[in-house]
Amino acid sequence: MISRLGLRFVALGYLALLLVFPVAMVFARAFQDGVVAAWQAVTSPDALHALWLTILVATIAVTANTVFGIVCAIVLVRHRFRGRNLLDAVLDLPLAISPVVVGLSLLILYSLTSPVGAWLAGFGIRIIFSTPGIVLATIFVSLPFVVREVMPVLREIGTEQEQAASTLGASPLQIFRIITLPAIRQGVAYGVVLTTARAIGEFGAVSVVSGKISGLTETMTVYVADRFQNFDLVGCYAASVVLAVIAIGTLLLTNLFEPREDR
Amino acid sequence: MSASGNTGVAPAGKAGTTWANQALTRGAAVIYLSLIVLIPLAAVVWTSFGEGIGGFSRSISNPQAIAALELTFEVSLVVVVINIVTGTLIAWVLVRDSFRGKGLVNSLIDLPFALPTVVAGLTLLTLYGPKSPLGLNIAYTRAAIVMALLFVTLPFVVRAVQPVLAEMDREMEEAAHSLGASLSTTFLRVIFPNLLPAVLSDAALSFARSVGEFGSIVLISGNLPYKTEVASVYIFNQIQIDNVPGAAAISVVLLALSLLILIGLNALNRWGRRHDQ
Repeated sequence: MISRLGLRFVALGYLALLLVFPVAMVFARAFQDGVVAAWQAVTSPDALHALWLTILVATIAVTANTVFGIVCAIVLVRHRFRGRNLLDAVLDLPLAISPVVVGLSLLILYSLTSPVGAWLAGFGIRIIFSTPGIVLATIFVSLPFVVREVMPVLREIGTEQEQAASTLGASPLQIFRIITLPAIRQGVAYGVVLTTARAIGEFGAVSVVSGKISGLTETMTVYVADRFQNFDLVGCYAASVVLAVIAIGTLLLTNLFEPREDR
Repeated sequence: MSASGNTGVAPAGKAGTTWANQALTRGAAVIYLSLIVLIPLAAVVWTSFGEGIGGFSRSISNPQAIAALELTFEVSLVVVVINIVTGTLIAWVLVRDSFRGKGLVNSLIDLPFALPTVVAGLTLLTLYGPKSPLGLNIAYTRAAIVMALLFVTLPFVVRAVQPVLAEMDREMEEAAHSLGASLSTTFLRVIFPNLLPAVLSDAALSFARSVGEFGSIVLISGNLPYKTEVASVYIFNQIQIDNVPGAAAISVVLLALSLLILIGLNALNRWGRRHDQ
């Protein structure tokens, strides 16, 4: 089977040249001045602050989108109402929109020159060039994942058990806590992993709204780009390795949670 | 039509509270989506027309903007075509071939979705940039943009084709083969038409992703106006020089395109399921 071997060779070669070798090179570059230099680079105050900010922002975004995702999935699967298809379609917008446009939209709405931004500034609340803006951008881009993973599970489990509980006098909240939530937990877990990966990796939207102030509003990804532009390649590659390790960890987790067997 | 299936068995008084509960949760979901997504996007559209239709058309007829949009569509089309070929090929190898380490290769396909885009761009720049150990420098060219987009959109077509190919009846292929069809004829006339709906919908998704992509491109493309500046980078640069209406106008063009793709996908999904009923 020469053609089969040929196809395998082409497919694996393509993956090696596009994915494996470039990612391996980043690891090699990060450690080319020794492990100590790389360690010092990722433990510099600015790098640690960027890591801390990334974790903070991702935690808030994942929590918000998980609660919303479960509620929205129940609404879309269990409720019948006018405009349901529209709601369903709007949900995919964050996946189809450029991150830069997401950043721009927040910049326009919340900058100090806009009515909303000026009104909030009156209460001392600053959105743009500060953490709330980064959180909003991250919530925006990672919004659909939990909904999209929970919806098929909800459809599959049906409503029989929920109806039985309802006739036995359980309140909606009880039904949700005792019956629905345990049944959908794997879909939720997978959605949470995907949301986390997207939240940690967001760059375009965040770099528009963050103002890129070192040690203040730089997330990990913005820090990587900033170090690159300042020719601090050791710092840049070391931070990239941290992000790459998180990405590989995410992959391992998704393999654990992924509901579909054919993958 | 009652409010939902699970009110059918509940007593009348309870159905009322259930309906109220449903309206509340529905309202909460819609408000969240409006606050996070719809109102900000409406603000972009509003700003793009801030100086009237004239201002909008002036912004989108700026030669540098047109060049950026043209480049974006060109490279995205190239990327989609390459993805259809390589994605189908990789999916075929992953489903029909067997070799050691296949499971590892399979999980590797999702890496571009997990890896932050700016790191993706950096990795390509490290291997194919000015200090390339291969002596292959494509940085700051259009080829670099295509390569970055191929990296970030790799999973779409592979993951679309894989399940369809795995479920496909092999008897059809064997029948075609025994009737004397060559391998390539069998693929083009029997296998590929079956894959087409899945391939098309994920190709459209990868097109949408390519058109909006920013992080992986910004480090590797050099962002030379008229040469390697794509639409998202153009928008970013307009924001940096405080030309917000100009940035908003090009954003509206990209938004309109995203909407068209989503509507098209919806129609395509219905077409793909036309035999299911």
